[in-house]
Amino acid sequence: MASRDDIKFLSNPNIGGAAKKYCRFRKFGIKHIDYKDPDFLLQFVNEQGKLLPRRITGNSLKYQKKVAVAVKRARHLAMMPYVTDLLK
Amino acid sequence: MRNYEVTFIVDPVLSGDEIKKTAQAYNDMLVKEGCSITHVEDLGLRQLAYPINKKSSGIYYCIEFQSETGAFVSQIELAFRRDERIMRFLSVKLDKYGVKYNKDKRDGKIGKSRKTVERDKEKEKEELKSTSVPRKSAPAASAAPEKKAAPVTAPTPEPVKAESPAPEAVKAEAPAATPAPAAAVETPAAETDVKETVTVKASGDTVDLTKIEGIGPKAAEALVAAGIVSYTHLKLKSADDIKAILDKADGNFGMMDPTTWPEQASYAANGDWDALKKWQDELDGGKVVSSEEE
Repeated sequence: MASRDDIKFLSNPNIGGAAKKYCRFRKFGIKHIDYKDPDFLLQFVNEQGKLLPRRITGNSLKYQKKVAVAVKRARHLAMMPYVTDLLK
Repeated sequence: MRNYEVTFIVDPVLSGDEIKKTAQAYNDMLVKEGCSITHVEDLGLRQLAYPINKKSSGIYYCIEFQSETGAFVSQIELAFRRDERIMRFLSVKLDKYGVKYNKDKRDGKIGKSRKTVERDKEKEKEELKSTSVPRKSAPAASAAPEKKAAPVTAPTPEPVKAESPAPEAVKAEAPAATPAPAAAVETPAAETDVKETVTVKASGDTVDLTKIEGIGPKAAEALVAAGIVSYTHLKLKSADDIKAILDKADGNFGMMDPTTWPEQASYAANGDWDALKKWQDELDGGKVVSSEEE
């Protein structure tokens, strides 16, 4: 088994360091997520209209749940689709 | 006092009057029960994301109200269910953040950056202060505020709140002197200065010095490093001062001729972009073109 030193990469694996992901609600102090605002909620939904996971959006658990509730309410009110194609 | 918000979709095929009557009926029902209506909003005709009852659009209404107990909400929902004109509804209990959000939305604060909101708040306060004072400045007073960073202490008879923007380093020239009443010279000057300062901050905040013809990105950097961050700063400097700054800074600034920059900056500081553009068309790289050179 080669030791760590022997493994050489062709390019530095740290290149293009990923931007630190953060919860935008905690960072900017947004406390309420409006379900009547589908343009804002589109950020948290993929092209098929499905909710994006927390590891992708970077939300904290508390706000991911609020986002989910808001999206589901918007869907009930037909402001967002349940399932579709080419949403974005 | 509990805050609720109920959103419902009305059938679009009804006539405009009928739709309004429907919304009004629910409004009255709430009032009759003793709920205080905070706001009724007509979101208008919207396309539905999916067809409901074979219809693809609907009129959205949103009523925000307060009620002591939540007892009536279930009754409203029952009424919504029975009404054939209502396609969908949703009632939500609002927490304090939701109430605040709605209030800010009505005031127009949502969608603006925090800075603009604070700036608007300050502007409002200034306006409240200066409405009772005639907004004229004496010729004598206009000479005074040429110096920068002089905090404005307004020892006025009126109840001026002690938050005249002292930390602001920018001091604008007082507006063009108009004959002013001899009395209360200091006060209106102070007010207008403060107001000017506020407005200058507003216009000169996100300043792009490269808008001045003759100033490119390198020159802009050099100026900013020397402390000239707004058009007003630039306007107050003389051409020789600017030349001195450019000489001290790194870079090949020998070609630059800043004679016209302060004048251009004064147009920009006043927000007089049309006049500036017109003049810039006449200028060539920021230099005045004399007829012999053509």
